[in-house]
Amino acid sequence: MIATSTGAREGLEVRLEDLRRRFGTVTALDGLSLTLAPGELVALLGPSGCGKTTALRIVAGLDEPDSGRVVVGDRDVTDVSANKRDMGMVFQAYSLFPHMTAQQNVEFGLKLRGHDSTRRRARAGEVLDLVGLSSQKDKYAGQMSGGQQQRVALARALAIEPSVLLLDEPLSALDAKVRAQLRDEIRRVQLEVGTTTLFVTHDQEEALAIADRVGVMSQGRLEQLDAPEALYSRPGSAFVASFVGLMNRVPCEVQGGRATLLGTSVTTLDGSVHGGRGVALVRPEQVQVAAGGDDATVVHISFLGSFSRVTARLVEGTELIVQTPSATVQDLRIGDRVGLSLLADDLLVSATTD
Amino acid sequence: MSRGVRRLVPVLGLVPFLGYLTIFLLIPTVSVVVGAFVEKDRASLSNIRALGDEVVLRTLWRSIELSAESAIIGAVLGALLAYAVVTGRPDGTLRRSVTSACGVLAQFGGVTLAFAFIATLGFSGVVTEAGRDVLGVDLFGSGWLFGLKGLTLVYTYFQIPLMVIVFLPSLDGMRSQWREAAESLGASTWQFWRYVAGPLLLPAFLGSTLLLFANAFAAYATAAALVSQGSPILPLLIRNALTSEIVLGQSHLAFALALDMIVVVVVVMTMYALLLRRTSRWLR
Ligand SMILES: Nc1ncnc2c1ncn2[C@@H]1O[C@H](COP(=O)(O)OP(=O)(O)OP(=O)(O)O)[C@@H](O)[C@H]1O
Ligand SMILES: [Mg+2]
Repeated sequence: MIATSTGAREGLEVRLEDLRRRFGTVTALDGLSLTLAPGELVALLGPSGCGKTTALRIVAGLDEPDSGRVVVGDRDVTDVSANKRDMGMVFQAYSLFPHMTAQQNVEFGLKLRGHDSTRRRARAGEVLDLVGLSSQKDKYAGQMSGGQQQRVALARALAIEPSVLLLDEPLSALDAKVRAQLRDEIRRVQLEVGTTTLFVTHDQEEALAIADRVGVMSQGRLEQLDAPEALYSRPGSAFVASFVGLMNRVPCEVQGGRATLLGTSVTTLDGSVHGGRGVALVRPEQVQVAAGGDDATVVHISFLGSFSRVTARLVEGTELIVQTPSATVQDLRIGDRVGLSLLADDLLVSATTD
Repeated sequence: MSRGVRRLVPVLGLVPFLGYLTIFLLIPTVSVVVGAFVEKDRASLSNIRALGDEVVLRTLWRSIELSAESAIIGAVLGALLAYAVVTGRPDGTLRRSVTSACGVLAQFGGVTLAFAFIATLGFSGVVTEAGRDVLGVDLFGSGWLFGLKGLTLVYTYFQIPLMVIVFLPSLDGMRSQWREAAESLGASTWQFWRYVAGPLLLPAFLGSTLLLFANAFAAYATAAALVSQGSPILPLLIRNALTSEIVLGQSHLAFALALDMIVVVVVVMTMYALLLRRTSRWLR
């Protein structure tokens, strides 16, 4: 029953075209372009102040761009006011209407659309079911936990069957465990209803876990838009590389499209420096550690369950984090000399100053 | 022993406050209530019966009318001013100057206020003179300033700032996300006020209006300074009863009149408390 009525609607393509927005002297958006495929979930990831919220608010119609367009399906909505855009929005701060119960909150958008009370109640029941909160429908916001409130907010946004779903850090006020759980739930619900979704976050783990594609933003522009795996293994710039996942920076020598480090020669990826000194960007799992070598000294070991992280200091002083199965480090002690070897075939090498 | 003492310490801190309440609130209230039922040192209902007197009833009604009018005018204008303040920048000059001005003006009752109005709108007040000279109109008229209309105008002067002070926190408590959420769900500005902001603010608005009512109802000094003849409102009638002691031939009438006032204020403040309890459930 839920699947037929909530998934009936096909997602629409959403296009952000060359959006620019300034606040006084601050440039919040500096030519942002982004296309979301129908039904796709794109996470916008970036450091604080890079313009994520501004982008989302412009798509929602809560803010206007200085230039650029927002197109949904084949309709240009740039000049359409927020209340006519038909978008569901979930905010970072709790935004439930405090004088209404969960159910009344969810029914609100339907009431505005003139649906009669029987229909409203049925639909509210459906979406509350979808977020697993049917039993809490008569509670006020003040009587619910943060996670429950955000679920109701999600249900409220979904109830109107929006053409686009916009989420601005909906989980950032929650504690880690609830956050991970609700994150997966949002993804499940989104896949079920098939609504094109823009999800803003500054938490890279969250972005990688939830999205079809992740857009990394920096200073009002899109640095890279790619599937999570691609973003992680083939970052297009040093900024993306250091922002997504843990990254070691190892000094090296570059010549003729190859870099030499840890006694191994690897090809350099597009976007690397062409020659001279550079800094290779190496993931912790791209390095292998072996007892008895003479490349580095162990300075720290942290046990993380099935795997461990070993921090090792190279002879010339650079510290490297190595991720390895816990079984392989059982005999290692701090101060031990170890050998390090590279497991990668190609790496991004950035200029020393980056 | 020492544990018992320790448990007493927080209570000890309350002693001066409780003492103050006892001396200046509890004892007077009790003596008013008891006094209302005494005449010539004997229990009597004659003072209570006198409350049904036409003069007393008319005065009580006029008091209620004055308080209600000045409360409603003050509440509406004060709420608008408070709204202007919150829509401005939080650290802006408008907000800072309005809130500090209101803090002062809400206390600006009594002789000073009465004098200020007489000096501007009295028989030879600045504005009255200017009206006569420039426009050829007599703003003073037949002395409305010293009647109920004048009192309403003068009371409004401290009611508006008081409204700003008591209503501002509720407006501040309105989150911008509520408006934006409503908007993205399809609400027009009117629908937002009708379904969200209105219901959220109404209890606080009504509550503040009641507070203003009580404030005007109990106000004495301003009226006393402005009105020298007759006793158009209850506090002035009490003054009269206290000083002459022979109105209607009853010396304890003042106690009964005060009891009248206490009843009205208690009713109003109970309604106020009930309204507040409603909103506190939402606005944590
Ligand atoms: N209403 C505004 N007035 C002035 N400056 C603003 C306004 N909104 C945003 N800015 C500025 O624009 C820039 C981008 O802000 P935005 O809120 O989009 O960042 P964000 O990526 O969402 O950051 P965060 O992760 O901290 O939420 C910031 O420098 C911010 O200070
Ligand atoms: Mg933001």
